[in-house]
Amino acid sequence: MNPYEERLKFTTRRQFFRDCGVGLGSVALASLLNQNLFAATANSPNPLAPHAPHFPPKVKRIIYLFMAGAPSQLDLFDHKPKLRELNNKPVPESLVKGERFAFIKGIPKLLGSPHEFARFGKSGVEISDALPHISQMADELTVIRSMTTDQFNHAPAQLFLQTGSARLGRPSMGSWVTYGLGNEASDLPGFMVMISGKTGPDGGASLWGSGFLPTIHQGVQLRSKGDPVLFLTNPQGMDNALRRKTYDAIEELNRLELGAVGDPEISTRISQYEMAYRMQSSVPDLMDISKEPKEIHEMYATRPGQSAFSNNCLLARRLVERGVRFVQLYHWGWDSHGDGKENDIRYGMVDRCREVDQPCAALLKDLKQRGLLEDTLVIWGGEFGRTPMNENRNRDGFLGRDHNPHAFTIWMAGGGLQHGMTYGATDDIGFQAVENPVHVHDLQATILHLLGMDHTRLTYRFQGRDFRLTDVEGEVVKPILA
Amino acid sequence: MPVITMLMFLAKQPRFRAPVRALALLMALVSLPPSAFSIQPSALAAPPVDFNRDIRPILSHNCFACHGPDEQARKGKLRLDRQDDAVKPDKSGAIPVLPGKPEQSELIRRITTQDEDDLMPPVKSGKTLSKTDIELFRRWIAQGAVWKKHWAYDPPVLPPLPKTRQSRWCKNPLDNYVLARLEKEKLHPSPEAPREILIRRVSLDLTGLPPSPSELDAFLHDHRPDAYEHLVDRLLASPHYGERWARFWLDLARYADSNGYEKDGLRSAWPYRDWVINAFNRDLPFNQFTIEQIAGDLLPNPTRDQRIATGFHRNTMVNTEGGTDDEEFRVAALVDRVNTTYNVWLGSTMGCAQCHTHKYDPFTQKEYYQSLAFFNQTKDRGRDTAPELELPTEEQRVKRDEVRAKIEPLQKVLDTQTPEIQARQDSWREKIIEADKEIQAGWTVLEPQSLKATNGVLLEKLPDQSVLAKGPTPDNTTYEVSVRLPESSISALRLEAIVDDSQPNKSSGRSEEGDFVVTDFSVDPPPKIEDKAVKFTRAYADFSMDGYDVEAAIDDDPHSGWSIAAYEPKNRVNHHAVFVWSQSWKVEKDQLLTVSIRQDSNRAQHLLGRFRLAASTAGLEPHKTWTKLPAAIRRVLTGKTNDSEKAGEEELAKYFRSIDPELDKVRSQIAAFKKQEPKDIPTTLVMEAMDKQRETHILVRGNFLSPAALVQPGVPEALNPLPAGPTNRLTFARWLVSPENPLVRRVTMNRVWAQFFGRGIVETSDDFGMQGEPPSQPEVLDWLATEFLRQGWSLKAMERLIVTSATYRQSSKVSPQLFARDPYNRLLARGPRFRLDVEMIRDNALAVSGLLDFKIGGPSVYPYQPDGIWSRPYSGETWDTSKDGEQFRRGLYTFWRRTSPYPSFMAFDSPSHEVVCERRPRSNTPVQALVTLNDPAFLAAAGGLARRIQREGGHDMESRLVFAYKCVLDRPVRRQEAVLMRKLYEESLQRYTSDKKAAETITSVGLPKPDKDANLPDLAAWTVISNVLLNLDETLTKG
Repeated sequence: MNPYEERLKFTTRRQFFRDCGVGLGSVALASLLNQNLFAATANSPNPLAPHAPHFPPKVKRIIYLFMAGAPSQLDLFDHKPKLRELNNKPVPESLVKGERFAFIKGIPKLLGSPHEFARFGKSGVEISDALPHISQMADELTVIRSMTTDQFNHAPAQLFLQTGSARLGRPSMGSWVTYGLGNEASDLPGFMVMISGKTGPDGGASLWGSGFLPTIHQGVQLRSKGDPVLFLTNPQGMDNALRRKTYDAIEELNRLELGAVGDPEISTRISQYEMAYRMQSSVPDLMDISKEPKEIHEMYATRPGQSAFSNNCLLARRLVERGVRFVQLYHWGWDSHGDGKENDIRYGMVDRCREVDQPCAALLKDLKQRGLLEDTLVIWGGEFGRTPMNENRNRDGFLGRDHNPHAFTIWMAGGGLQHGMTYGATDDIGFQAVENPVHVHDLQATILHLLGMDHTRLTYRFQGRDFRLTDVEGEVVKPILA
Repeated sequence: MPVITMLMFLAKQPRFRAPVRALALLMALVSLPPSAFSIQPSALAAPPVDFNRDIRPILSHNCFACHGPDEQARKGKLRLDRQDDAVKPDKSGAIPVLPGKPEQSELIRRITTQDEDDLMPPVKSGKTLSKTDIELFRRWIAQGAVWKKHWAYDPPVLPPLPKTRQSRWCKNPLDNYVLARLEKEKLHPSPEAPREILIRRVSLDLTGLPPSPSELDAFLHDHRPDAYEHLVDRLLASPHYGERWARFWLDLARYADSNGYEKDGLRSAWPYRDWVINAFNRDLPFNQFTIEQIAGDLLPNPTRDQRIATGFHRNTMVNTEGGTDDEEFRVAALVDRVNTTYNVWLGSTMGCAQCHTHKYDPFTQKEYYQSLAFFNQTKDRGRDTAPELELPTEEQRVKRDEVRAKIEPLQKVLDTQTPEIQARQDSWREKIIEADKEIQAGWTVLEPQSLKATNGVLLEKLPDQSVLAKGPTPDNTTYEVSVRLPESSISALRLEAIVDDSQPNKSSGRSEEGDFVVTDFSVDPPPKIEDKAVKFTRAYADFSMDGYDVEAAIDDDPHSGWSIAAYEPKNRVNHHAVFVWSQSWKVEKDQLLTVSIRQDSNRAQHLLGRFRLAASTAGLEPHKTWTKLPAAIRRVLTGKTNDSEKAGEEELAKYFRSIDPELDKVRSQIAAFKKQEPKDIPTTLVMEAMDKQRETHILVRGNFLSPAALVQPGVPEALNPLPAGPTNRLTFARWLVSPENPLVRRVTMNRVWAQFFGRGIVETSDDFGMQGEPPSQPEVLDWLATEFLRQGWSLKAMERLIVTSATYRQSSKVSPQLFARDPYNRLLARGPRFRLDVEMIRDNALAVSGLLDFKIGGPSVYPYQPDGIWSRPYSGETWDTSKDGEQFRRGLYTFWRRTSPYPSFMAFDSPSHEVVCERRPRSNTPVQALVTLNDPAFLAAAGGLARRIQREGGHDMESRLVFAYKCVLDRPVRRQEAVLMRKLYEESLQRYTSDKKAAETITSVGLPKPDKDANLPDLAAWTVISNVLLNLDETLTKG
């Protein structure tokens, strides 16, 4: 029997409330808003209703700012003066022996960063001049310079980070989180996804798929063009008043059917149609950022009407305000191979920085001024790092770096962390994480820990095995915890 | 307790160190309670414990991970999955399980001890045994500790027909087993469902389509006692039966129209899909169905169809992304084939054994790779879709062969070097060499008169008139060399790049690698003929780097240029480029010319290190001749090729035949015939065996880069032996469907059962192993499995038995009491009721609306989907919505792209088809509601239904509503429903009477505009009613 159905069918209302010892206020809210839902579905309560975590959580929600394509840590957060000294020198063969690169051939040359670094804030976190706004938030950040992964191609590495497996078919982190904790939003799904940049991330929709978890945990993409949720808008020629009447008719007819047949699944359907109706008004309201004050628009540098990372950051804040559990953003274009100007660490990468720098800083500031930052976790980073070597793929003088699974940098901000902290270190040229390496599974374990969940206990039985986000590995990175 | 056993038992205790053992023994003997010395009478009186039902699940969930088949993971050398091992003393002498004596069994001690270090399962595993579990262990051991083989690995045998009280209810033996269980549970079967419910249920189950109103009438008026059986036979014979069951199979086959992974390019595999439809329609026996898909290509003289069938395992993904390793993805596909095969046919989670011996089931890692060895012998690769089979229609084949027959002799002419051609080639070559001689004789090296360079470069004239660059190496520069020209007619200038010891890598350029990029080559003042400037229009070089052809130095792009790839040592030699004017021109006496060599590319510091200029007094023609030649041919002709002389000659001959004017006619004939070749010959991916066997190795942790021991093809020891025959895929396929195979018939019948009843008799239809759920009705499953063989593996026969059973025909109404007693309907005291698969939801909506295009087979189609779904990196493909009714084909034919699947299907749990999907979840979400409410495809269905109601449903509200309910739900409308619908109709009518524009819009979503004389407000109101009808739970559900 799978746990979802077990819960769906057997959890009684009483059990449900007992399980929700933590976050009682939100439960009360949810039950208020869902009154008719619960009344009708004593046999099958909403599986997205908030559940208690394993232990008291530090944060209640996540905003994951995924920099698809893998930003160069060596030009943003991992300052390597030695690398600049060795600029243009061939990399010692011992370092690259047995290495597999996606594109580099032969013995490459080292590439010092063309960007200047400085220390910021009271904490003195080192950040490059490519990120002037994020630098101002240095004292809020927990920077991990010693991230490592197992994958060196984009799609598998993104899948690995987001689902714990490089192969397809595993649930995304956001799905695990709503599976474990439910959703506090009464009229929005618990896991929402937004994409900006020229294209979507390489890993595609599998990155926010629910894998073998019930599809109710799948990430719902808010699109920036057309309907924000597919088929959200009533068809032309059907106004809201009439649509409401059709919802009413469907509900009443379904109730008749429920009376005649007795299948409780009918009452679930009734409540899901009600949620669909609520989303038809809540989502456009959510998406309408025009009512935000001018200073907020300026702070985020929004571009109303367009697809932009800045708009998505503002929407992320609006989503967590409404109780959405997991907000996932992707911004495309960090694959700085130097195979053209667009991917040069002096040009294209700087453009990317300009697109995300101010909105990221604004998001932190905004969350903080609303008191949301203390129980929200914001994560920023890509799927792997980049090499200290210049890739020089086309021998055309553009500067860029190949994929590097051995070292990359991410930062986090929000509740439960030591702020203004830099954790872990790489070797002199930034090729390998050498001090306190943090594996992808460790990061995942830490994120779940902050949400009050033990990553070894958040499991789902599938094909005869108990699966976890962290597979069979992962240690919580305790030294970064507050 | 024999003293020796007691001693061993105590020796196991860590606290009893050797020196004190004797004393301890004495003390223990004294203090042991009397019960430890005999079997407790209470245990014998207790109800019998069944190993498979009661004990194996506890062992499997809690113990086998460390004490099971996996040798690597095994702790304390203890294995509890086999009786022989568990009753033997362990290394300390303790006996884990002493039959009949629970209190002397180490197992009981370890699961009950208070000592946390000793406690099993270990505290840190997070697993705990309940009191009931412990009591079961005690009783099981007390009753003699009998191990039984896992139920699924014993071949099914026909279970005895049970006696029942209400046996008149039973229609076939299946019902007897179900009824016996119900009687045991003190439950009654539900009455038979009403006929209109039954015809809808069985039509959807067998064909995926609802009955038409006339089919409904025919059945309701058929008063024969076996009217229902006639209906079933009609449905089984319907060509749409194959479509419905193909959809079921294609989920298992992970069929898709794209390659998967990042680029996810498109592929043509639909002929395989059509093969599946056809195979179901002709009821190809399941054993043959299996053999043809796994190894159709290895059958003697395989037919085209049997080769198409092998597409099953070509549905694996391929990765065309740059930087990927072909072998990595070839192996990934092999792994997928093994996992899929075991999942689909054997219900086994063999995938676990890829990295380590299975922790629960009797499959070793070696056996995994032995199975893989059968599949490791095909020609397909990890990075492209070859091999593919061309599938021309008979007409196309005739035409193609006819055309190819005409091309063949012509091509042969073109490919054959005759003495005549050779003679012509020789004279052509002579002319070219002549031209070269003229060119070579006409060079006058130009002496620099003055030298200038920007950005600080110092230029020095050398005795051989060449120029050496010295001093700083800026990012870019321009050299200006003033030269005196020979007093003659000149046609071209030559730039020689000369290697020099003073330059990096002793090359001719100044970059770190010794390279340069000449971005512009020009002269000042430009020569003039009759006041018109003469320009460089041609350029050729002895060698150019890829992407840096010498023409780039005289084009309009100021940053493109000529370069020599000096990063490769073999290119660090002298090179030259020749720049040819559009016309030869006459030099005046003492005429000076400034040659400007600009070097301003993105590649900083790529400057010429040493160079020399020369002017050509040869005519224009020889230069033209040389410019026309491909660089490779120029190299052959000047002896600068790296190829062998023979290869060079062949290349030359081939090139000459491609330009030989005498062969012009042949070439144009070939081109003309090629145009006649039939276009759009379908292709499909197939399996093709290698000529030579590949070796197969165990891969450490499944990593293709870490091969370990060599293995030979073979099958797991725990299952039936491989039948006689060559050790190849075909024999493996025969093994799968051998009558002795304990799993395949159970697994297949279980899946088929799940299609009708919503879930399998074994809930975990992909896992019949020890971690899977045990069957809810083992006798039913084994009866089906044995009957399947008696019916000659006929799926239609088995499905007929299922749907004609009294069990299937029950009403699905459920009382709260029965629901509380059996929420999953495992006991089958009622008929099945569950949400339809999304393809059926769509097909049903289109069918009842009269829009459905019933055409069977052919390339996949593109029904409406919102813009922007197909936006993927690196792909230019677009989704062009199908027209002319093709947009209303059955859901099965919707183009399936793995990374951008059809969104409304995904909302309803459709799999992405990247890997096998053996059962779809059945979620119930708000996003689904939005699809059926607002997706234009469903609005088109509502509009179509409204038109049909206007057309066929009579003229008044009542008769139309009756017709609408008959179309959609196959039943009369109930009074309360009619009241609700009338209210909604009137409100809608009012709304649309006041807004004709809205009426026109809502009635023509995805449809042509209604007739001019149509009653628009009425049609719009019926569209709203239809939209509601298509969203009812009853419509979305099979009841």
